[in-house]
Amino acid sequence: MTQAPILEIRGVSKAFGPVKALSDVRFELRRGEIHALCGENGAGKSTLMNILAGVLQPSDGEIWLDGQRVAIPSPAAAQRLGIGLVHQEIALCPDATVAENIYMAAINARRSPLMNFQKLYVEAQKVMDRLAPIPVRTKVADLSISNQQLVEIAKALTLDCKVLMLDEPTAALTESEAQRLFSIVRGLQQRGISVIYISHRMAEIFSLCDRVTVFRDGQYVATDPIADVSPDDVVRKMVGREITQLYPDKLAEAPGRVLLSVKGLSDSDCFKQVDLELRAGEILGMGGLIGAGRSEIAQTICGLRPATAGTVEIDGKPQRIRNYSDTVRSGLVYLSEDRKGSGVFLDMPIAANISALDLNKVTSLGLLNRKAEDRQAGELTKRLGVRMSGIGAAVSTLSGGNQQKVAIAKQLSVNPRVILMDEPTRGIDVGAKVEIHRLLRQLAARGVGIVVISSELPELIGLCDRVIVVHEGRIAGELGADALGEEAIMRLASGVKNSSTQQAAHVA
Amino acid sequence: MSPREHTPMQAELNAAGARRIDFARLASMREAGLIVIILLLCVAMSFASPHFLTWGNLRAMMMSFSIEGIVVVGMTILLIVGGIDLSVGSVVCFSMVISGALFLAGLDPWTASLAGIAASALIGAIMGFFVTVVGLNHFITSLAAMVIVRGLCLIITKGTPLSLFSLPPSFKAIGQGSFHNIPYVILIFLVVVAVFDFLLRRATAFRKVFYTGSNQKAAQFSGINTNQVKFWVTVLCSALAGFAGVIYMARFGAATPTFGAGMELNIIAAAVIGGASLNGGSGTIFGAILGMALLSVVTSSLILLDVSVYWQEMIKGCILLAAVSIDHFLHRRKS
Repeated sequence: MTQAPILEIRGVSKAFGPVKALSDVRFELRRGEIHALCGENGAGKSTLMNILAGVLQPSDGEIWLDGQRVAIPSPAAAQRLGIGLVHQEIALCPDATVAENIYMAAINARRSPLMNFQKLYVEAQKVMDRLAPIPVRTKVADLSISNQQLVEIAKALTLDCKVLMLDEPTAALTESEAQRLFSIVRGLQQRGISVIYISHRMAEIFSLCDRVTVFRDGQYVATDPIADVSPDDVVRKMVGREITQLYPDKLAEAPGRVLLSVKGLSDSDCFKQVDLELRAGEILGMGGLIGAGRSEIAQTICGLRPATAGTVEIDGKPQRIRNYSDTVRSGLVYLSEDRKGSGVFLDMPIAANISALDLNKVTSLGLLNRKAEDRQAGELTKRLGVRMSGIGAAVSTLSGGNQQKVAIAKQLSVNPRVILMDEPTRGIDVGAKVEIHRLLRQLAARGVGIVVISSELPELIGLCDRVIVVHEGRIAGELGADALGEEAIMRLASGVKNSSTQQAAHVA
Repeated sequence: MSPREHTPMQAELNAAGARRIDFARLASMREAGLIVIILLLCVAMSFASPHFLTWGNLRAMMMSFSIEGIVVVGMTILLIVGGIDLSVGSVVCFSMVISGALFLAGLDPWTASLAGIAASALIGAIMGFFVTVVGLNHFITSLAAMVIVRGLCLIITKGTPLSLFSLPPSFKAIGQGSFHNIPYVILIFLVVVAVFDFLLRRATAFRKVFYTGSNQKAAQFSGINTNQVKFWVTVLCSALAGFAGVIYMARFGAATPTFGAGMELNIIAAAVIGGASLNGGSGTIFGAILGMALLSVVTSSLILLDVSVYWQEMIKGCILLAAVSIDHFLHRRKS
């Protein structure tokens, strides 16, 4: 560990106009280490990654690779230098096959005019099999999001890189896929590849990485060996303040009356015979693997997808599950997991986003009452602590966490009695996450019933009073507060029934 | 992408009176820019040609874009919802032909006109059906409708223009008369623009048009029936084209089965120059009308300057390209 670092960053700054995204940061990556880079959204991690990948140019500072000072003027230059980046957001060609996507860079550089598809498929399958047995002749569009993420990683593996940067690679992966990814990353490490690993999930960082560097507000805070710090230390450095308690207190007394009761709900292809009951004041978790049908169940309950059988009662009144606007009127709202795709209107003002769910509230005589709309937006953004330049700003100008708060503000604008939240904290920073968790608990304390769908086990365990687990479209089981644990959830989620702990741990 | 959320200064700016700034600023910048360009052109032209700044010429320019301007209103709203309509030229003609034929068959011209507008709305409803129920896109559906409706015009008229000189003077007055020296055509145009500009900014129903065009999925997840919105906006666009057709009929006293061919391009160009996005979600009536006015001033200038007709089209095309490029440049910061 005494040899020269493979990558060193000295005094790098980057300004976008008057805004300093990075000021005078340093970073050192040793040969063959897995180095976690942490920080809230907006701390400057992505900016640094983009500088290293040649997407952005630093305003100031030096980059040293393998003992030599380098300039990285373009992504192609980064590839030549052996720096690979797996983006957080998937950038694949959906109509091309997995193999074509994996070897896109290689095909691009190819001199011969004709493709050797046979060889391409064989080679691509070899790379892919190291991650997951996805057939490489499939079109990317036909894969699930998590499999697409794996293809994205496979693509980076084909580049002969010395430094690999992974930007939140597990955001869309299930626990077991994530575990497989970790073993691959460790394999890369043994082959001498140095890895920069960006993640919000402390558990991952602490099980995988050797050292951790924290950025805050575009500045370097500290670098420590993982062995010397605790997750609490890292979080404290990230937010710059004490977070005494990551999760709010759970429900102390027994929950109230039944607010939502679902019986025998089925749809045509994703799930069958789902029963669930939600009481006033409780937060019910819904766990399971990605693709188990959790989002589909929630969307069907609120009328966004058609049901083939079953009943839904809200506050004792049977609902005809027809369309979402009726459901909203009866006091049930749904927060989509896909924030940018279906949660917010990015290019519209914050105020208009918040009023979208119930326009009648801000309408008089068919015309919009802008004052009422502004008042509502002002109150809700204040209550949720949305950091913004004003309620007239477009949602696209906000960070992920603040966008999510706007999406939640939209749900709260109708004073719902039941809220179904699909991955409410995916891809947002620790500070915003804690705020959202507190908010959910406050809502519950006022008698609102909340269902939280989450793929993050610590969130389910830390936040929820009770968790039901979905496995292949059926409720596999329910865990009360005393039985909640990562292992128990994983066992139900992966369909392991009465087997030993050993086996369950293996699956997870 | 936005590494500035956590500066305390930013946080303190919260909820301050910075109302609608970002959103409105770009739009108003574009509109102010268009006004400046139009005024500059007018000033330059008043030096170049003594005829330019005469009431007669201004009136002719206004007349020339007023009726098309009514079609632009519908097109802009349709562009905002994320659609497009290539059939407006054909529908304008269809409305003239239906109204004219019914008048010649003995109907009074007012009822005949209403029937023409209704028939145009029906064309819109059929397109709306194909877009929302069958699931085709607006471009292809309206391309087919453009050709089919043009064919209908030719079938109904057997290819020859309908001569409508027997229209009563009270009806012709819509297209030819004026009130205190201001043509009715211009007054009607101004009323249509004022009403729809107001509705688009303030009416709840039209806010749904923006939601749908901005992010259809998010609109659905907000309980908005996006198919219904798209359907009615398609109908509205065709109905306004039909309304324009009736005014053309009153103005020309004839219904030519080839009238309005190529009009859709002018209309779409005007809306786009005025800031409507082909991706949906943005656009204003006022901007689109300014776009129309710019094209009209340019045309008029080129005529007064004796520029060959062959060059005029090319120059208008270049203006469109320039406007869209500037727009793209201004919006590029949005990843």
